[in-house]
Amino acid sequence: MNLIAGLVTPTSGTLSWWGGDFATTGGPGRRLGFVFQAPTLMPWARVAANVRLPLDLAGVERTAAAASTDAALRQVGLADFTRHFPRELSGGMQMRASIARALVTTPDLLLMDEPFGALDEFTRQRLDGELSALWAARGLTIVFVTHSVYEAVFLSTRVAVMSPRPGRIIADIAVDEPFPRSDDFRVSTAFAQRCRQVSALIAGADAMA
Amino acid sequence: MNGSEDPSRLLRFAAPALIAVLLVALWQWLVVAYEVPPYIVPSPMVVLRTLIADRALLADALSVTVGIALTALAIATVVGTLVALLFVQSRWIEMSLFPYAVLLQVTPIVAIAPLIIIWVKDTRVALVLCATVVAIFPIIANTTLGLRSADHGLLNLFRMCRASRWQVLLRLRVPGALPYFFGGLRIASGLALIGAVVAEFVAGTGGQGAGLAYQILLAGMQLNIPRLFAALFLIAAAGIALFAGTVWLSHAVLSRWHESEAVAPG
Repeated sequence: MNLIAGLVTPTSGTLSWWGGDFATTGGPGRRLGFVFQAPTLMPWARVAANVRLPLDLAGVERTAAAASTDAALRQVGLADFTRHFPRELSGGMQMRASIARALVTTPDLLLMDEPFGALDEFTRQRLDGELSALWAARGLTIVFVTHSVYEAVFLSTRVAVMSPRPGRIIADIAVDEPFPRSDDFRVSTAFAQRCRQVSALIAGADAMA
Repeated sequence: MNGSEDPSRLLRFAAPALIAVLLVALWQWLVVAYEVPPYIVPSPMVVLRTLIADRALLADALSVTVGIALTALAIATVVGTLVALLFVQSRWIEMSLFPYAVLLQVTPIVAIAPLIIIWVKDTRVALVLCATVVAIFPIIANTTLGLRSADHGLLNLFRMCRASRWQVLLRLRVPGALPYFFGGLRIASGLALIGAVVAEFVAGTGGQGAGLAYQILLAGMQLNIPRLFAALFLIAAAGIALFAGTVWLSHAVLSRWHESEAVAPG
């Protein structure tokens, strides 16, 4: 995650995306959004100002920035909470604001680092559903890190399973199920099969470690 | 917000007020019952009468002392914040200079004041300088801590957005440091007044621009104990007013977003 975000430089190897070298294609050309484990909102700024932050930092003109902010907030269902402060929102709503902030630059690639890990199961499922719909509507690429097998299978077209220490990708499983995926998918046989397959791989990696 | 129906809010003012009334009543009763002469302990009524009788003299003195304390507090706030901003620019600067800030803090003002008063010609400037020296440390220490305590995740986000150093400082570090800064200001407001009074004691300036401390010194020498009490009362009142002022300011700025000033969620 940190490698893709450019926070850490690789010790060996290269990063390539969209068929080019990261160092040249990355940066201003392709836009990147990032959602952290915690909402990481600025507590002193209203929701709208928090979402607008990446545009403000890039020096985007005010009216254009306001329009993008409104659109992003509508997409995550926070249109009525633009004037609220983060502490007045629930955990799930704070996470939505964080997602809106990542979407506001209309990124090509969205990095999500266990974004719903700290939320309760119901909120997590609802946000997973919304994210899946958003993904289908926006046509962007999302790299999503999670510890939940169910969440991984529900959201993904591809699940890359990583081993603990050293962290390597040990399997790459395609989930060829149609989108948008509804709650029906969660109780289907295909879903259960994929989950079992991923769980078995993780158990195998743990046994070797 | 919903203060009027909240019983705890009423209690916060009523309880200390009740204690004050009881204590003053007890004081009055003790003085009268044991016939304590006013040159040892004056009764509250005598102090009040002195306050009214000497109002012109005491008001002048009060305005001098409060003026010095406020000027010192303003200078300490501006200079202290600038020093804190300088400190967070690099660890080297902070490591090299912070010990001197501590030195300033740990050396008693009574020990430095005579030097400052000798060095600086204008007494008023010397007094302001003394009070500033006392008040500046909590502002430097708290603001530096606050500027350093920026949220790690937000720092990463700013880096990913390729924010400039300036943007990180103005949009992230400064607003994040505000609660710490106001904590420092609260302490500094009291210290500025203490610094002003202590410096006046050392300087012992009389005449036209005499402050409350000088009135206390003089009243003590003349055994004018009621006036001493009246001056003491005014210093305490000024201290409380200064403190309340900073609390109000902090509330006005932080109430919407910071937990320390937030009304309990309901």
